[in-house]
Amino acid sequence: MAEEFKPKIITFVCNWCTYAGADLAGTSRMEYPAQIRMIKFPCTGRIDPEMVIKAFEQGADAVWISGCHPGDCHYNTGNYYARRRWAIFRKELEFIGIDLRRLKFTWISAAEGRKFADVVEEFVGEIVKLGPFESYRSIIPPKPGPIEEVAVTADTEKDS
Amino acid sequence: MIEELRKKAGELLSSGEVNVVLGYGEGPSNGRVTAVAITDAADVDKLVFDERCDNNLALYLKKPEIVSLGKIAIVAKAADSRAINVLLLENQLIRENIIILGVTLDESESWRKKNTPPIHDHLFGKDGVTGEWEEVDFQKTEELEGMSDSERWAFWQKHFERCIKCYACRQVCPICTCTQCITDKNQPQWIDTSTHEMGNLHWNVTRAFHLAGRCVQCGECTRACPMEIPLELLNLKIAKEIKEQFDFTVGMNAEDAPPLATYKEDDDQSFIG
Repeated sequence: MAEEFKPKIITFVCNWCTYAGADLAGTSRMEYPAQIRMIKFPCTGRIDPEMVIKAFEQGADAVWISGCHPGDCHYNTGNYYARRRWAIFRKELEFIGIDLRRLKFTWISAAEGRKFADVVEEFVGEIVKLGPFESYRSIIPPKPGPIEEVAVTADTEKDS
Repeated sequence: MIEELRKKAGELLSSGEVNVVLGYGEGPSNGRVTAVAITDAADVDKLVFDERCDNNLALYLKKPEIVSLGKIAIVAKAADSRAINVLLLENQLIRENIIILGVTLDESESWRKKNTPPIHDHLFGKDGVTGEWEEVDFQKTEELEGMSDSERWAFWQKHFERCIKCYACRQVCPICTCTQCITDKNQPQWIDTSTHEMGNLHWNVTRAFHLAGRCVQCGECTRACPMEIPLELLNLKIAKEIKEQFDFTVGMNAEDAPPLATYKEDDDQSFIG
């Protein structure tokens, strides 16, 4: 029986809205799956597409980006620029063959703790169904690990 | 038309209005053309303009060796002229130091040589030719768009696998002007620089995205790639999205704000939950 797949979902959030919303979900003791790994930014406007690609290169099965609703950005306009940036970037990723179901965008405010927990539940469920991100994983070079044992040959015994 | 161009070039040099005229001349071999930088008015007969003149001379406008020569007149076809607009918009060029000699080639099939350059100081050729800046080229991405995700992934992997990270695409692009390219940054290293397919995908996707709303589709990157990777398809796809979503055609003037450096409050957000 295969072990249940626990996806790695990297979540880029803005400090003022979604992070606070996640905090509210926590303080309200709402339950949601533990598979999201959150990275906090001052604003979604700071999130670089480089970071999304880096997340996939590090083995993420999905990436989720969430910030303030338009009009509510703590820095007034950051999320407007982010919105345009994602609108184009996601189409480029789709064009090179990345399944866009693995890339999610939401606006979640500081008051929307319930929404936060619900989105996590739904998104983790979807990614479990989709399975590990095999196509991207196939191009990630293996990381070197500890050497388990040294092979003993006839020559090595002779040297001592 | 070529005679008038040569005459004007000669006048600009003899009067001292410019120090150098940058254009196309006969190449050293194979009947090809090469870029020529003419400083002596007696040499202006070297200038040619015909179907062979694909390369984007706007690339030279930022080269220190050219800038140090002083005021420059540049022979610019439609594609090059759009690149000049982008560079002016981004404050990469000093307008007063450049005289733009616009040229058109009526018999050309490509807008790159046929259309009237959107920015020029003198025009040698037809004015008012504005047909199809992008629409015909946008059709090139339709085959890929009709494929499934895994088919597209396989297509691009087959190409990205062969990328040798020579960066010819970056070096030949007139719009790639960053003094420190993101791929050269190693503290931290964002893009793996080896010729492994992971870093190759990263590099090509990033370069295309950094050109979003800036690439003028001159085609130089595709021509320069020694591994024959169809880079133009990536840039065309992004340009198509920019056009469809923000109704913006790059390089038509040097005033309109770049599409990713501006926003509308009611921009589409149907992809956001």
